[in-house]
Amino acid sequence: MKTNINQERDFKASEYFVVVGLIVLCIFLTIISKGVFLSGTNVTNVLLQTTINSIVAIGMTVVILTGGIDLSVGSIVGLTGIFSGMLFQKMGFADTLLNAILCIVGGICIGLACGCINGLLISKAKLPAFIATLGTMSIARGFALAITGGRPITSVPFLTKFIGNGQIGFIKMPIIIMIVAYAIAWWMLRHTRLGRNIYATGGNIESARLSGINVNKTLLATYTISGFTAALSGIIYIGRMATAQTTAGEGYEMDAIAAVVIGGASMTGGQGRILGTLIGALFITVIKNGLSLLNVNTHIQQIVTGLVIVFAVMSDTLRKQNN
Amino acid sequence: MAAGNLLKMEDISMDFPGVKALDKVHFELNSGEVHMLMGENGAGKSTLMKILCGVHKKSSGNIYYKGEAVEIENVHKAQEMGINIIYQELNLIPYLSVAENIFVGRIPKKGIGIDWKSMYEQTQKILDDMQLELNPRTPVRKLSVAQQQMVEVAKAVSRKVDLLIMDEPTSSLTDKEIDGLFFIIDRLKKRGVGIIYISHRLEELLEIGDRATVLRDGQYIETFPLKKDMNLDVLIKAMIGRDLTEQYPKMEIPVGEELLRVENITTDKVKNCSFSVRSGEIVGFAGLMGAGRTELMRALTGADPRQSGDIYLRGKKIVIKTFQDAVKNKIGFLTEDRKGQGLVLVLDVKQNITLAALRKIIDKGVLSLKKEKAAARKMVDAIRIKTPGLSQKTVNLSGGNQQKVVLAKWLYAGCDVIIFDEPTRGIDVGAKVEIYKLMIEQARNGSAVIMVSSELPEVIGMSDRVVVMSNGVITGELSRADAAQDKIMKLAMGGNYR
Repeated sequence: MKTNINQERDFKASEYFVVVGLIVLCIFLTIISKGVFLSGTNVTNVLLQTTINSIVAIGMTVVILTGGIDLSVGSIVGLTGIFSGMLFQKMGFADTLLNAILCIVGGICIGLACGCINGLLISKAKLPAFIATLGTMSIARGFALAITGGRPITSVPFLTKFIGNGQIGFIKMPIIIMIVAYAIAWWMLRHTRLGRNIYATGGNIESARLSGINVNKTLLATYTISGFTAALSGIIYIGRMATAQTTAGEGYEMDAIAAVVIGGASMTGGQGRILGTLIGALFITVIKNGLSLLNVNTHIQQIVTGLVIVFAVMSDTLRKQNN
Repeated sequence: MAAGNLLKMEDISMDFPGVKALDKVHFELNSGEVHMLMGENGAGKSTLMKILCGVHKKSSGNIYYKGEAVEIENVHKAQEMGINIIYQELNLIPYLSVAENIFVGRIPKKGIGIDWKSMYEQTQKILDDMQLELNPRTPVRKLSVAQQQMVEVAKAVSRKVDLLIMDEPTSSLTDKEIDGLFFIIDRLKKRGVGIIYISHRLEELLEIGDRATVLRDGQYIETFPLKKDMNLDVLIKAMIGRDLTEQYPKMEIPVGEELLRVENITTDKVKNCSFSVRSGEIVGFAGLMGAGRTELMRALTGADPRQSGDIYLRGKKIVIKTFQDAVKNKIGFLTEDRKGQGLVLVLDVKQNITLAALRKIIDKGVLSLKKEKAAARKMVDAIRIKTPGLSQKTVNLSGGNQQKVVLAKWLYAGCDVIIFDEPTRGIDVGAKVEIYKLMIEQARNGSAVIMVSSELPEVIGMSDRVVVMSNGVITGELSRADAAQDKIMKLAMGGNYR
């Protein structure tokens, strides 16, 4: 039993690795910015900036846990917003509660449909996830451009604005949604059959199949979840901006993958935790925020972000090898 | 060309980490001779041939080729010396033409381009010489397996070839195609090429072989001159004659009623296979590699699709289309590749045990980790899995304990038809006995046990009944009293020699 205790301890230490990194980074930024970093407004800002990426990253985590990848999430964010905005436009911008709900639900449905198509292409048509989602990435973006002619839709329903900018008590809505979404994802992965099937499928798809798990159904559900979380982010995005833009969400797939990877999930599947992803997403925002506070030019920010991703994953890999 | 000594291998030993694959093996070959290399799976035939073609490096021993001591460092060197091999699996490039495949790696050039004309002409000459009616320009993927095999031969003989190794060249050919191959072998013989021929099919032995050398467990046993009317029993004895040193804790268990019956299962690998297993019975499936035993089990559990065949459980016909159906019907399958197809190595012991029966630990839609722990604990104790804890990742367990975890998975799922495919492969002797005991325990609890095994002593030591397969068909069934090694071996080799 002794080995077991050590094992568990090692495991937890690796979980805290990113957390410790994040805390050290925050302390460093607090000192160097003379306290500005920890001010109420800045903390809220960081959390708000994290919400969209971190919610997209929930779906990405689930997908990566099955050993796949979803490159289409950024385009789904964009298409969801545009579709929702188009609906509103077709309603003549009549801002009633019913219309607002229809716009939101319609947007989400588009996201679900995209995810579902990804899932079918990957599980039934046996396309590699990279190729299938590369295709839908282009198709979804193309649709967003085609239905609007590339023009933004400059009005969104009040409810959407509330989702993007409102607050309950002193907490902003997107932050509440993020927390709830993470709680549900955590519970789903740990306490449902789907969650276990996702880990098993990613760990070894053949063993999972030969244990009686319906791996096709699992993959389908996984990509649909990813479509859903991307759509949710899409709604939050247009709510925050009060405008639906065709270019919304460009490059978000990369930020989401980065969050998942910094969070410690294995790209080959079967290993990783949803809370790790949340930390990873926060990590990325904190770096960007910190560099802004320090007045580092945005071009340099990109370089630093890239270096941090490489460094974080590299040190994690090296540490695992040494174990 | 007069028959002279072409090759002499002396005291060849080969050590793989932890295993002595070859132990002072002798082998000789004359020019213009067909020398059959015989032995069971794992006897060391392939290893010996790989040393000869420079794929493996021998640990010790001497090789004399054309009277000179040689070192064969790599494949290239072997080819330069005129040693060529045709592997069992074809190594052709499907989208290239016959000519391109024959000349791959040494395509004739004109300037910086390819000299197509010369290549096609040379190919045509080779094909004519072999009396093969093939167009040099045809893409290889459009040829039948037999024709592709002939292209392999053409490829080998188009090079400088003095020694040709053929590893089970007829395993995928029909009788007529085999005749064609033998015709070419005959011509090569007359040209003075020495041929080493590995085959499991006894009927071929006397037809084309001049001599046969038998290996067993990595050791040289004997070399036999072959005569048309000789009795092959001596050869079979030489191939299998090891002592039964291992212990089999076999027990007499009263056999109950029929649990599983399969009728006429046919896939692209097996043909019309029917058999049944009773409660309390252990049925062994014997056969040589590629006989179709694993394929039959995969077809009956729905792991692979089948063309036809019915499955009955307790006399009632059941539908098995996907593997999920097998699990629903409580048929468990311990695959031969436990790491690749049995366990999810990154998951821990308890998660692997409950994998096939998650519904049992779900409480009102919620997966109960407490129930899971209790269930896993019970299984670990019941079948004595040695693990530091339930949260241990299965990748860290020994082979024997990994196998037990897979068994625990099926027992927890309540399976009473349990298929073990090569259950003791890669497991040390002590753990093997543990696995045997567990198999017997299952039979005693009324389960029907199927054991596919390539280890004859294991099959004989453990089975109540032995079903033998060869080339995708069931060639015979032997009772425990009847199941002697030589009888099984005859059936496994096709059963139809004299």
